[in-house]
Amino acid sequence: MKEIKVPVTRIEGHGLITLRLDRGGKVAAAKFHVTEARGFERFCQGRTVWEMPGITARICGICPVSHLLCSAKAGDAILAVRPPRPAEVLRRLMNLGQFIQSHALSFFHLSSPDLLLGWDADPKGRNVFGLAQAHPQLALDGIRLRAFGQEIIAALGEKRVHPAWAVPGGVRQPLSPEARDRLAAKVPEARRIAQDALALYEARLPEWGEEIETFGNFPSLFMALVASDGTWEHHAGRIRFVDADRRVVADGLDPARYPEYIGEAVEGWSYLKFPYFQDAGYPEGLYRVGPLSRLNCCDRMGTPLADEALARFRAQADGKAVTSSFHYHYARLIETLAAVEQVARLLEDPEVLSPRVRAEAGINELEGVGVHEAPRGTLFHHYWVDEHGVIQRVNLIVSTGHNNLAMNRTVAQIAARYLTGRKVSDGLLNRLEGGIRAYDPCLSCSVHAVGRMPLRVVLVGPTGEVLDERTRDA
Amino acid sequence: MITLRIDDIPVQAEPDQTILDAAKAAGIRIPTLCHLPGLSPVGACRLCLVEIRNWNGKLVPACATPVQEGLDVVANSDRLRELRRTILELLFAERNHICAFCVANGHCELQDLAAELGMDHVRFPYRFPPLPLDASHPKFGIDHNRCILCGRCVRACSEVEGAMTWGFAGRGIFTLIEADLGDPWGDAKTCTGCGKCVQACPTGALFEKGRATGEQEKRPAIVAALTERRPRAQG
Ligand code: SF4
Ligand code: FES
Repeated sequence: MKEIKVPVTRIEGHGLITLRLDRGGKVAAAKFHVTEARGFERFCQGRTVWEMPGITARICGICPVSHLLCSAKAGDAILAVRPPRPAEVLRRLMNLGQFIQSHALSFFHLSSPDLLLGWDADPKGRNVFGLAQAHPQLALDGIRLRAFGQEIIAALGEKRVHPAWAVPGGVRQPLSPEARDRLAAKVPEARRIAQDALALYEARLPEWGEEIETFGNFPSLFMALVASDGTWEHHAGRIRFVDADRRVVADGLDPARYPEYIGEAVEGWSYLKFPYFQDAGYPEGLYRVGPLSRLNCCDRMGTPLADEALARFRAQADGKAVTSSFHYHYARLIETLAAVEQVARLLEDPEVLSPRVRAEAGINELEGVGVHEAPRGTLFHHYWVDEHGVIQRVNLIVSTGHNNLAMNRTVAQIAARYLTGRKVSDGLLNRLEGGIRAYDPCLSCSVHAVGRMPLRVVLVGPTGEVLDERTRDA
Repeated sequence: MITLRIDDIPVQAEPDQTILDAAKAAGIRIPTLCHLPGLSPVGACRLCLVEIRNWNGKLVPACATPVQEGLDVVANSDRLRELRRTILELLFAERNHICAFCVANGHCELQDLAAELGMDHVRFPYRFPPLPLDASHPKFGIDHNRCILCGRCVRACSEVEGAMTWGFAGRGIFTLIEADLGDPWGDAKTCTGCGKCVQACPTGALFEKGRATGEQEKRPAIVAALTERRPRAQG
């Protein structure tokens, strides 16, 4: 047995990639494993449903807001209440803040070193520090945009004092007029940054033809929430699936009934489950979620600047679905712009300062599903409780889980194109990293683990011998 | 009037006062946990340990030890701080106190004391006992994971409300607070639903249902407020 191990840096958490060669030296199989799991679902058993937003917000240090909001929605279902409209406005605002900060982190800090400094650049300088030297304005913009997103979250959640701002039935605290004005004053700069980044990205697009071809470019299904009129959605709405031609294959699906259309396959070599669209079977039912998928699924973004950008995005694929996962980056930038535009709109909403933000109720349903679009994709929280509201069972499907199959295909495609000989070259290593990073996966939460886990790349020969192994520390 | 010294400061006290009362009156801080004004002292947690110099350095609980003429009390020293910290660490190691998503996060006496005494880590292995949470009562819940067996609820229930719903069951580390004869709280016939136990509880062990992380504020002072207003029994 010979192995090649390569660590994937600059993604949140770590996994393992194995590449198996056939006798001709071609890639026969590629797998992206996640190597450790600590059962988070088990941990929640015996807690009350009111504690779940606070507990699940600790699943992952990267996207606590997504779990917080999704958990509160599952709680709404168990209380059988509809939160007052001002609560929905504020939850939306917080989620958009999370989109802005998370997408800014992904693009400016994690991905742009590869995109703008090149895939074969020396890894020592191919990071956010190298970026700050080569593109100081861009690096600065990234920090400011992310700070704007974080400020929205802080203005609502006062995270230091209240670890769980969203609660079953609504939210805990209204928005203060001062915070509203402070945020509104920062919208123009955020909009400018989002537009500049998008323009820069679009200008460089022609240089990345090869990466677009190989970084997970294959037909598949796409899943996302869309509003009842087909507009891009992130907090409510219904589930839609489209195919590679952007034909709607299923629409208006009730998120609470996901087990009727999403299957979850288990493979012995990975702790991640493999969700698939049941009508198409496994593994043909592969679908993607997240920014790329949301843009492929929706009919329009619903805000002027983002809609113009969506038209340019669609032109990449002549109006069909954009099928290269490389374009997650593109989609992420368009969503960032949309989020800034929507924040501006919500801050003007007549009810944004209303104190009517919480509905109180007891346990009225013994089962509840919360669904929600997190920056990385559709997130499901499914709880079963006893009549006192004590959690009996929990199922979470997180975005990295949905994208599991697609990430595996992506790894295989990149390896087939860039592997030469029996060594993991820097160029291959960087592109494998980049291919996975396009999905902006958060591995620690997708296996519901509390900690981080290592990720390596191992190259294995036809008889199982380890040919090469690369590991690089984050 | 009785005269004693606490941390080298001469202090006067009434004969029916405890060392803790005297220290408080003199503005000297002694940490407490099981003690709650308005309830009888039991000396259960030992956090208020003080050292009596003229009793050969004997350690006594300040909350349950009456003042005496000429006592020379040490209320704060490195030795005492180390002992108090160790007691706290043992409390944390014994059950499952996860402040991060506890309903009482930010309003918990145990947590506050850990901060006050500089308990930055626990030197003992955690026991992680599998303990139940009882949410059967319509208004309240009890999470045994967070109970430190201080007995404040037991005393509030019997001494103030007079219902005697709560009691201790089991021995040693297997002790649990129990309603009536071990019934689910929701089935306890004696419980009046007054909620004094919840307010008296220093941690998130007793809580009002519907509270999310960090939302359970406690008002233990209502116990003293109630008892002070009552006519004293003539002795
Ligand atoms: S439930 Fe609260 S008040 Fe009662 S013994 Fe436990 S910690 Fe003390
Ligand atoms: S406060 Fe004195 S022993 Fe607990």
